[in-house]
Amino acid sequence: MSRTLRSLLLHAVLVAAAVLTLLPLVWMLAASLAATGGSGDLAAALRRPTLAQYRTLFERLDLARALANSAGLAAAATAISVTVNALAGYAFAKLRFAGRDRLFRALLATLVIPGQIGMLPLFLLLKELGLVNTWAGVLVPSLASVFGIFLVRQYALAIPQSLIDAARVDGAGEGRIFAQVMLPALRPILVTLAIFTFLGTWNDFLWPLVVLTDDRLYTLPVALANLLGEHVQDVELMMAGAVLTVAPVVVLFAALQRFYLQGIVTTGLRE
Amino acid sequence: MRQLQQSEARAAWVFVAPALGAIAAFLFAPVAASLALSFTDFDLYAVADARNLRFIGAGNYTTLLGDPLFWRALRNTAYFALVGGPLSVAVSLAAALLVNARLARLRPLWRTIFFLPVVTTLVAVAVVWRYLYHPRVGLVNQVLAWAGITPIDWLGDPLWAMPALIGLAIWKGFGFNMVIFVAGLQSIPARLYEAAQLDGAGAWQSFRHVTLPQLAPTAFFVAVMTMIGSLQLFAEPYVMTQGGPSNATLSVVLLMFQEGFRFWNMGYAAAVAFALFALLLAGTALQLRLRRATGEQGA
Repeated sequence: MSRTLRSLLLHAVLVAAAVLTLLPLVWMLAASLAATGGSGDLAAALRRPTLAQYRTLFERLDLARALANSAGLAAAATAISVTVNALAGYAFAKLRFAGRDRLFRALLATLVIPGQIGMLPLFLLLKELGLVNTWAGVLVPSLASVFGIFLVRQYALAIPQSLIDAARVDGAGEGRIFAQVMLPALRPILVTLAIFTFLGTWNDFLWPLVVLTDDRLYTLPVALANLLGEHVQDVELMMAGAVLTVAPVVVLFAALQRFYLQGIVTTGLRE
Repeated sequence: MRQLQQSEARAAWVFVAPALGAIAAFLFAPVAASLALSFTDFDLYAVADARNLRFIGAGNYTTLLGDPLFWRALRNTAYFALVGGPLSVAVSLAAALLVNARLARLRPLWRTIFFLPVVTTLVAVAVVWRYLYHPRVGLVNQVLAWAGITPIDWLGDPLWAMPALIGLAIWKGFGFNMVIFVAGLQSIPARLYEAAQLDGAGAWQSFRHVTLPQLAPTAFFVAVMTMIGSLQLFAEPYVMTQGGPSNATLSVVLLMFQEGFRFWNMGYAAAVAFALFALLLAGTALQLRLRRATGEQGA
């Protein structure tokens, strides 16, 4: 087979696979722009696209509130967990203290424990603390993550010790060294961690479903699953809801994919 | 100097304290408590008043072993993990080989497209696929109709419901493993391929004798991660089938959720959770052993 023919064949397969991959998302978007009942004939519907479904979501079904809830929660989880994990990851990599490496190994071992295992007692604990059906309750499991600490530590290990020693000689305290020397040096990995955390919190379903009972507090995935119960026949409306849920994370990924993919590769291959 | 070391250690403990505190309180303690909970009859009455709580030893586990619903959930979850997992890994590898092919142009574009489903919200795309699988107007059956295949009631037929969920899971997840495979492919030294070529190996033979063995560690890592993820199946059946039809897609986590948070049989649900944990550990250990065995063979 000639080189040109092989190249043609390869690209034909690539295009076919790309079309298959994008089809569900394109269909979702197209159906969301159709009038109620119009998704059966998308070609006709797309000649006269309408935002009617989105209007219904915002005006009648209050999904703007769920959108704000999701954004606020994901932002809060990201800010808190990046800070907490950065502090711990740096300490495990660069500061000397008794039992450090044993402690870190013990933490790594917990990576095999899936979050669902402790979910029932955690719920009971939050109930005792009065945190069921609150933002704090949703945030509690994502305050710190072993994976995040690991990510920061691996990156921090490669930062020259001389940077820290020089700052100490200049008389900087440990807090200032972290804030003014380490944070800038750790920036790339912190961006990666921030994207992971934001997407993870945004997309999370089971835990918010368990903790939140008041529909005014629902995040988008929970609100969407709830909407499905009443509007399962309204295909176009449900697709608008799906677009609303998916679009922000897709845009975020498109803008920052360099950091995101690099993070997967470094953690995925470190094994 | 000594003083400096002390202040360093003190700072270190201050830095790790928030993380360790959060992990101990919200991961460690609940998991330990979950084990304790699984030996009690914690139910709706105990939720109301903890004095109704009784220690029942292994009672929940005996009930579990005699519960056909649990075995059903276990079988379904194993089906999803053992059929869907390898299929997903195979699709990821194929995609990685395509994207990484020497002749391929616009590599970043293909990579981004194939990765896109990974970042989407599972609940939202499960809602989308629910309509794609519609027996009459769904896109899947419309496409199959062109090929002359009669419509399938994907989510309504106990035989097809699980394959339908696997289809969604592969679409949603293959991009993630693809990225890891691409990195693995790129770390294979070019001289190995050159040597194979000198020995007269064709494309298939280089793939079989250079690419596959070199990729084995990556493949094992990917397989373990995919399986761990598969065993936690929840959102797809919750949104698409509610575990039906006739429990054909009831997963272990869905069973735990229903027992624990719908019926408040928390003691029993905790036992379900630990059965899942045991399964997960066993699966991981098995794959590690397999890796060691094949690794020794290869060496």
